[in-house]
Amino acid sequence: MAMLTRLLKNALLFCRLQPLGALGLLIIVVMASCAVLAEQVTFYNPEAVDFGAMLTGPSAEHPFGTDSFGRDIFTRIVYGARTALTIGFLSSMIGCHIGAAIGIASAYHGGWVDLVLQRFIDIILSFPIVVLALVVVAVMGKTMVLGIDLNLVFAIAIPIIPRSCRVIRAATLSIRTQPYVDAARAGGYSTVYILLRYIAPNVIAPFLVLLTAYIAQAILLEASLSFLGLGVTEPKPAWGLMLAGDSANFYNEAPWMILFPGLAISLSVFAFNLFGDSLRDWFDPKYRN
Amino acid sequence: MIRYALNRIALMIPTLLGIALITFVMIRIVPGDVVELKMRSDGGRVTQQQINDERTRLGLDKPLPEQFYVWMKGLVTLDFGNSMWTGRPVAQEIGGRIGLSIQVAIMAALVAVLIAVPLGTIAALFRDSPIDYLVRIITIAGLAVPSFWLGMIIILVLLTFFKWSPPVTYVSIFEDPVKNLSQLIWPSLAVGYRYAAVVARMIRSSIIEVMQEDYIRTARAKGVGEFMVVFKHAMRNALLPAITIIGLEFAFLIGGLVVTEQVFNLNGIGRLFVDAVIRNDFILIQTIVFLLAIIFVSVNLIVDLIYGLLDPRTRM
Amino acid sequence: MALDTRNETIHSMTRRTALLMPALALGSHALAQGAGATDKPQRGGTLSYAVTAEPPTYDLHQTATFAVMHRLSPHYSTLLAYEPGKYPNIIGDLAQSWTISPDLLTYTFKLHPNVKFHDGTTLTAEDVRVSYERLRNPPKGVSSFRQPSFAQIKSIETQDSLTVVFRMVKVDASIMDTFASPWNSIFSAEKLKADPTFPVKNVMGTGPFKFVEHVAGSHWVGERFNDYFKAGKPYLDGFRAITMTPSAMVNAMAGKQIMAEFRGFTPNERDRIVKALGADAQTHESPWMLHMLMNFNCEKKPFDDPRVRRAVSLAIDRWGGSANLSKVSQLGSIGGLVRPGSKWAASEAEMVQWPGYGRDMAANRAEAKRLLKEAGYENLSFTMINRNQQPYITAGVFIIDQLRQIGVKVEDKQVEIAAWYSAQTSGNFEALLDSFTQFSDDPTNVLVKYISTDRAPDVAIQRAIDRELDSLFDRQAEMVDPVERKKLVRQFENRLLDQAYAIPILWWQRIVVMETRVQGWTMSPTHMIYQDLADIWLK
Repeated sequence: MAMLTRLLKNALLFCRLQPLGALGLLIIVVMASCAVLAEQVTFYNPEAVDFGAMLTGPSAEHPFGTDSFGRDIFTRIVYGARTALTIGFLSSMIGCHIGAAIGIASAYHGGWVDLVLQRFIDIILSFPIVVLALVVVAVMGKTMVLGIDLNLVFAIAIPIIPRSCRVIRAATLSIRTQPYVDAARAGGYSTVYILLRYIAPNVIAPFLVLLTAYIAQAILLEASLSFLGLGVTEPKPAWGLMLAGDSANFYNEAPWMILFPGLAISLSVFAFNLFGDSLRDWFDPKYRN
Repeated sequence: MIRYALNRIALMIPTLLGIALITFVMIRIVPGDVVELKMRSDGGRVTQQQINDERTRLGLDKPLPEQFYVWMKGLVTLDFGNSMWTGRPVAQEIGGRIGLSIQVAIMAALVAVLIAVPLGTIAALFRDSPIDYLVRIITIAGLAVPSFWLGMIIILVLLTFFKWSPPVTYVSIFEDPVKNLSQLIWPSLAVGYRYAAVVARMIRSSIIEVMQEDYIRTARAKGVGEFMVVFKHAMRNALLPAITIIGLEFAFLIGGLVVTEQVFNLNGIGRLFVDAVIRNDFILIQTIVFLLAIIFVSVNLIVDLIYGLLDPRTRM
Repeated sequence: MALDTRNETIHSMTRRTALLMPALALGSHALAQGAGATDKPQRGGTLSYAVTAEPPTYDLHQTATFAVMHRLSPHYSTLLAYEPGKYPNIIGDLAQSWTISPDLLTYTFKLHPNVKFHDGTTLTAEDVRVSYERLRNPPKGVSSFRQPSFAQIKSIETQDSLTVVFRMVKVDASIMDTFASPWNSIFSAEKLKADPTFPVKNVMGTGPFKFVEHVAGSHWVGERFNDYFKAGKPYLDGFRAITMTPSAMVNAMAGKQIMAEFRGFTPNERDRIVKALGADAQTHESPWMLHMLMNFNCEKKPFDDPRVRRAVSLAIDRWGGSANLSKVSQLGSIGGLVRPGSKWAASEAEMVQWPGYGRDMAANRAEAKRLLKEAGYENLSFTMINRNQQPYITAGVFIIDQLRQIGVKVEDKQVEIAAWYSAQTSGNFEALLDSFTQFSDDPTNVLVKYISTDRAPDVAIQRAIDRELDSLFDRQAEMVDPVERKKLVRQFENRLLDQAYAIPILWWQRIVVMETRVQGWTMSPTHMIYQDLADIWLK
């Protein structure tokens, strides 16, 4: 109970100090609810073709209009949120965790292990994100589990790993060299204890910031890959895919086909960036006073 | 300084070798290859024998270490091999397209710096004011809007309101600057927005940081005017991290063009790369990926050297 | 004796026929068909047109892609050709005249005298012989893409410098189409002797245009060949083929940056261009010699059961699909195994008898459900391997939705072409979406897709053995009388659609749009012919 009130107090404080971050959080919550409750939010089937309603503009029946198969665009955006958030969240989780694990190990161990790992990370960092994801996705093909292409998730996670690793390593390093950590080591405390007692609490803040920021990156990357025809494929609803192929042929007749999915991508990335940004300021003592 | 530079250049060699190795291994795991696509597209009828012969001709049947050796030897002698799809030298394929991409990247960088420096400075100076919030929203939006979508919106607006679409065939800027710019300014804007957002954010936060430093307080205490404080003392130091981000983003920009070039029908390195990936043209893919990595590493080096020049403390 | 009894008229769509098709609701004012036939061709000008893909080679013998045809055809000649404006009538190209022996086993061609190559040398019968030898029996390092079509040729001889004789092993009802094939270009014997792969990277023929330059990914330029053997032709000073993506192509057409594209647009793209150009646009439409089909793996469950295959076919609303998909994609008309509109095609009355072609969809779906229940597959779900390209993706969306309506779940697995082919050859698929194209309507060319797997393992990927089909196929291949042959084709179609080893979905619709001032071009059901540009002129 005490913890709940503390959380609530903190949340209120966050809203007061970081109104933009609170706005981002609100958008995220709304989108996540849409994704979870898609069946309740809209009663169309996102894959149902309706030739009677091909390329109709926004109306009461179809608030965002329909596409060239007569599918309801609002419905596809709502279900698309499910795709985007699932892939975004999973990729960011996987990428940031692996990156953090390598970063902590590298910093904590130091010496040649650190040197070799950092050289390797350097190399991976020199591939542009899209290029790396594109090659990985082309290499791995598709492995569908519960309607999600796991290989796509990995392809997006891989470029995140070195970036997360860098930040977490730096954070760990700054703690590791503190006298009290040295003292704990000299005192014979186990590595696990030191990691949990000293390192983890100090790494958690940058980690959370990273996680949020890279969900945004992952959503963008998924949209780009799907746009290029190398990510999510028809008839599954995904925002980048909705902009791909056919929709570019409907600039004149059906501009809503390119307008709304793009707005959905932008809004979600915007929300995660806003929230992540505020989270960083929130955690940063320099910005806090 | 020269020793520092030479040192840094020497350090590049193992990195480049690692890049080459990872690129090579990554691509060779691809199931299937260029041959099927080449011989069977549009319903061509071929036998397995013909496919095997073509694989032999392209050297795809050789063991991987040998293929890697051939590529490395080629890199050293500047012979990058031939595209497996067209049979033309890779250097020729890339050479014909890289100019356009670099031009777009440079124009995007100009757009970015012109927008970002004033925006970031103003936001920092009026921190937590409505202006700051506005700038923050604009810049965070810049990170959120996918550049390919922004490109589509630009085309949509041009078509709908001006009944005009950018030229789709490339003319060199030396041949016809007007036509060249009327084609390339739009993709530059589309990718430049994101770039500007990144740089503006960096400038804002580094100016805020610098303004809290002791020497700024000292300057203020000494009665130096606020204008002078900002432009003489704060800006100079705040621009250092901005240079880093301008450099890093520039290298990534060329990679980011991969998606945007599709929208504008630009015959640049990005489109060549996507085509190569779709066709499994190994030789072309590995060379482009390697080239992009080299550009990244070199820009990194240049940034470090500039840093070294401006701030001798980093030359350790 | 002439084999060319075909007098079918070209299906180039005029304004009137466009309005007859309810699916194509077009502003009629926008469709201005140039009155080209009455005008006298004018000399001069450069034709600019778009090609969506880069050529993987310059050698027409060793490729099947239009990306090569649309650039190289103006540089080469063939022995025979399809008559401009009168498809599929065959006339001579390099051949001035020819005779066919009564037993149909000897073909003697007399070549035009004074045909010059672009390097100034004179073409002789030897060039024809060597080019055809390369096609039917390629040297090492060369792979002839249509080698099986030369299988019935026994020998090729030159009688004198302008006479070449082809002797056949047995009657081949399709051989005249082979001689007229745009792929069977004539190269210089001298160049081929020095280097059999000469045409892969060099362009040197007897065609109406000389090669100027190719800038990869950007453009391909040809200029008028002043010594072209057909007097007064070509009319153009040159041509410029520009490489661009399909969506850029539409903008380029609308902005008059290019004058034409010869492969085909979607209906929507057509409308956009016509809207932008108004009277400056002309459109041509024809059913395409290309159809989308679903192959079943007849060796494996559940599609080893003809009832299940037939049920899937019954569930697909071809009439509804045709009326609506034709608005947004290149999928268009309904047909069996031969091109609708060709002289071999079934009539509508014949088609509606086939399973899945009846107009009463409620009845079709009920029958499909009944068949599935009977076969024990009430909750059928399967994976369909598909290509990651248009219009395959559109077809996939459509099929999934159709099957959903009878309670069948389909996973559409879109893969790139190499994986798609490897699924075909390995048989590692349940169902596979495919399309099939040939350069002529000849039934032998087309029906080979559906015969027993052991007879044509490369194309007949359904893995079915049906000797009844094979026998019908063999009988039609040797049947010279077109009426009798058509009957055999019909029997073949009835048998195939009843067994449903593979089911046609829809035929593609070819829609070509160009500026009105481009004159003298001929529409045809294949985008591979009429591309030598010799007859094209600009108004």
